[in-house]
Amino acid sequence: MSVAEFVSMGGYGFYVWGSYTACVLAIAAEIVIVRSRFAAARRAAGGREPSA
Amino acid sequence: MNWFRFASPASFYPLAGRLAPWFGGAAALFAAAGLYVGLVAAPTDATQGDAYRIIFVHVAAAWMSMFIYLVMAFWCAVSLMFNARLAAMMAQALAPTGALFTALALVTGALWGKPTWGTYWAWDARMTSELILLFLYLGYMALRQAIDEPRRADRASAVLALVGAINVPIIYFSVKWWNTLHQGASVSLTSAPTMAAMMLTGMLLMALAAWFYSIAIALTRVRAIILERERHAGWVGEAALAARGAR
Repeated sequence: MSVAEFVSMGGYGFYVWGSYTACVLAIAAEIVIVRSRFAAARRAAGGREPSA
Repeated sequence: MNWFRFASPASFYPLAGRLAPWFGGAAALFAAAGLYVGLVAAPTDATQGDAYRIIFVHVAAAWMSMFIYLVMAFWCAVSLMFNARLAAMMAQALAPTGALFTALALVTGALWGKPTWGTYWAWDARMTSELILLFLYLGYMALRQAIDEPRRADRASAVLALVGAINVPIIYFSVKWWNTLHQGASVSLTSAPTMAAMMLTGMLLMALAAWFYSIAIALTRVRAIILERERHAGWVGEAALAARGAR
């Protein structure tokens, strides 16, 4: 299978890659949002965190 | 070991911090394997061509959208019955991820529908009930946002989530109960799967990746929520008390 064939996905490239791109972008965005929220919450707590 | 001590947000916080990276790592591994199987190793479908490859993200997202809602409703029930703060926080942490997977199920479904059915959207029972699921998640989050006092927000949103849980079996069985454009279940517990082994493998790998991802992201979000909601609680004392109670 050539790279061009892989990209074209038998003519369905827009739909297939559109689906996968939407998922990757959404999940990457969620990771960034959650990490920054956690970092902000840590800063607001001023270094005090529960520890077992 | 007294497991109930993890019902305290302050005790759960460090445990969640230790677990999250493992689930995140497992998600990455399973996603890499699933993407390889789904995009490279699995054969082209005889009737749908390569368009069918959307199944690997679509089914994982759709399963998670329903499953996360059930887990969220479970924690809501626990928070109402036992007045448990951590359970309410878990529900709060799951809602955005559930909404995300619901949106992805709808978007990938639309992108699959166009080449195979000729339309991005139809008001059939499966799609409409999945759209209602998205509104339930968004309604849950909006209701939380609208109430300033967290414990009141916990109770009100829990009632909403529990009432909305009736929608999940409706989504799941919609393809049986009504004559839908959406196809019936490809995989069920009561019959042999109607797809090739390689396709099934890719789907299960992606579903497991979505599971592990959801756990990792929800654990991280619940840590942020614990800090946001309880930073005036004087943890040092509380964690020490919990540790003493465990001995």
